[in-house]
Amino acid sequence: MSRIGVFICHCGENISRTVDVERVAALVGTLPGVAFSTDYKYMCSDPGQGLLKKAIQEQRLSHVVVAACSPRMHEKTFRKAVESAGLNPFLCEMANIREHCSWVHEDRDEATAKAVEIVGMMVERVKKNRVLPTITVPVTKRSLVIGGGIAGIQAALDIADAGHEVVLVEREPSIGGHMAQLSETFPTLDCSQCIMTPKMVDVANHPKITLYTYAEIEQVEGYIGNFQVTVRKKARSVDEDKCTGCGVCMTKCPQKKIPNTFDRNLGMRPAIYVPFPQAVPNTPVIDRENCTKFKTGKCGVCQKVCGPGAVDYEQEDQLIVEPVGAIVVATGFDLYSIEEKPKGSPIKGYGEFGHGKIPDVIDGMTFERLASASGPTGGKILRPSDGREPKQIVFIQCVGSRAREKGISYCSKICCMYTAKHTMLYHHKVHDGQAYVFFMDARTPGKSYDEFWRRSIEEEEAVYIRGMVSRLYQKGDKIVVMGSDIAVGVQVEIEADMVVLATAVQPQKGADTLAQKLGISYDKYHFYSEAHAKLRPVECATAGIYLAGACQGPKDIPDTVSQASAAAAKVMTLFAKDKLEREPIVARVREAGCVGCFYCQKVCPYGAVEEKEIRDRQGNLVKVVAYVNPGVCGGCGTCQATCPSKSVELDGYTDEQIVAMIEAL
Amino acid sequence: MPMEEQMHSFEPKIIAFVCTWCTYAGADLAGTSRMQYPANVRVLKFPCTGRIDPVFILKAFQQGADGVLVSGCHPGDCHYIAGNFHARRRFAVFRKLLEFVGVDLGRLQFSWVSAAEGGKWVEMVTDLTERVRGMGPMRDFEELALEEQWSGAITTPELQEAYDSI
Repeated sequence: MSRIGVFICHCGENISRTVDVERVAALVGTLPGVAFSTDYKYMCSDPGQGLLKKAIQEQRLSHVVVAACSPRMHEKTFRKAVESAGLNPFLCEMANIREHCSWVHEDRDEATAKAVEIVGMMVERVKKNRVLPTITVPVTKRSLVIGGGIAGIQAALDIADAGHEVVLVEREPSIGGHMAQLSETFPTLDCSQCIMTPKMVDVANHPKITLYTYAEIEQVEGYIGNFQVTVRKKARSVDEDKCTGCGVCMTKCPQKKIPNTFDRNLGMRPAIYVPFPQAVPNTPVIDRENCTKFKTGKCGVCQKVCGPGAVDYEQEDQLIVEPVGAIVVATGFDLYSIEEKPKGSPIKGYGEFGHGKIPDVIDGMTFERLASASGPTGGKILRPSDGREPKQIVFIQCVGSRAREKGISYCSKICCMYTAKHTMLYHHKVHDGQAYVFFMDARTPGKSYDEFWRRSIEEEEAVYIRGMVSRLYQKGDKIVVMGSDIAVGVQVEIEADMVVLATAVQPQKGADTLAQKLGISYDKYHFYSEAHAKLRPVECATAGIYLAGACQGPKDIPDTVSQASAAAAKVMTLFAKDKLEREPIVARVREAGCVGCFYCQKVCPYGAVEEKEIRDRQGNLVKVVAYVNPGVCGGCGTCQATCPSKSVELDGYTDEQIVAMIEAL
Repeated sequence: MPMEEQMHSFEPKIIAFVCTWCTYAGADLAGTSRMQYPANVRVLKFPCTGRIDPVFILKAFQQGADGVLVSGCHPGDCHYIAGNFHARRRFAVFRKLLEFVGVDLGRLQFSWVSAAEGGKWVEMVTDLTERVRGMGPMRDFEELALEEQWSGAITTPELQEAYDSI
């Protein structure tokens, strides 16, 4: 007979306010098999855990049910406590009477009745729990970092400096990301390139870092400590080993009229190009869509002028398999566009701002390129339409952000600060110009941030107007900005030479596809979800995958760098051990029952099912059965639901346990 | 554990089979956001919807459930790569079978609720509860349940004694 101990937590008042915990403890105490039941204010606290351990030993408990919060919150805590008292941790179950009961119901009687049923269900389940041994698996002490912006670079350098190999994969031809595009950075106004490019060079020169640029993740297999990642290295058409980076090919390329996406389409670039002069690696890539050689078969100038013979038109995509133990995802952000969105997209464009068709209405990143000394104008603020210097400039904040009607309800976090920076950069470059800013609220929390924002008003003479803009339209060579000043309660009309929109921060395109390959979750905007908003902000719910930077949510550079270093620290913690303990929730085959149909093999997403021969003593083949490799099994249990002879069981979720729960209801 | 039945109005019993990564987490989110929904649902956690054997649904009805809810990650978002696709295929067939044997499919709901969709969870549980409340108690399986009591299981001391004496 089992001697089950049931512990009901008050969770301060979170549970006891709506659930009569004492009554639950009393009622559950009468269930067959329950030897001990009690309630306590905070089960997860040190004295609470002490109570649990003491009861296990004094009452000689065989199983434990803790009725408290969600198992996603504290299952590990209590299983550890149970283990330290000498019981197998898998003989402990949690009944969720907080998230699934006290917090979602108001009626005390109903909630109490439900709590009793939930606990009763877990009592029946725990009776069928079996002792499960922990499984140890080896850890491959190499890490993959996806994304070569500041987040990926910081994480890669930190991990590599700790002595572990890093594979850094970047989609673009160069690392650097958005930070390489910025002119200057808040709140210190230091030049972005000056602090970014040395780090990029460090990555390229680091003996522990393997860098794949112009490459994407094709496939991810395996699990924490043992991932197999297939990287698709797109055909660059230039041999990276032979190329010296002299740049003759780029100067001689006859096709030079391709909009430069790095400069937000303000400048032009040739068909064979590096995105920007400080690119790492400094190896050009041929844009096959726009190259005359690839389009018509004629030309071939770059190959003829290349001294080392690095240009290779025959190059093909390469698939490289990299074994790694941990993955840091740092894919960053993209900017919302006011252009008309295709039908069906939840995010709408801005028709009232001209859907992006007024040439001198630009976004913040385009302004960065104009202000950048290495940009298309050499750092002069000039209008894209006619190249004149704008004397009246209007900045509009929260374009897309905090606009539920446009499909985005969150705050993009960085725009208040970068707009303040833009007004300063503008004032430094156009002394007789005037900057206006339309804003809803100024959100400037952060070290030296509010001081910086005030400086833009007090010293740099930007005029801040609280209110939104209803319409923008072209009138001659001016843009009329119609808005309201809600502080004074008047309509405002400004004839501006240029308008800069602080458009919303969004996840990178394809963020959802990558998440599906990695098996990590994301929110409705496609930002990746952390395991816990407060306590596990850099880990994914999927073990062994960590998040860094704006792919998780809008972030500025200091926050991104902090999170990247935190993710690196998590990776190093994982790599500190040679072996890793994993949850023994794996499938096992009952060989006696297995008929060798191998339906399980067909449905297994991990390829964990192998064939095993059963032979008699003479060595004659009796039958071939399925065998589940516990190192590879992910623990989904699809095999068990598929098996026609019920010969495969997922430990921790056996039919016995589940039927016991259903019968308890 | 039996509780006092409220005779004046029918309170349906809803059993939800959910995956731990998406829907269970979504239900947790509904809790942390303090959303409110009827107290009729009991949640059973599985690693993946792929683990959910159709037999469990029959078992739930047999045990007196008036409605059953199965929910997991959205297609493509499965934590185990493809478990929910297998589940989807399996339940598409299973629904037909249930319909054939005469179960009103209004009592059975399949859905996808992600970890970020606390609101959808609340909406779905509320809708199903109200729908099943309108449909009344599920009687179809009660006879079956009775039959199983006589299927040879040793449930009384007299039976046990008789069995031991053989």
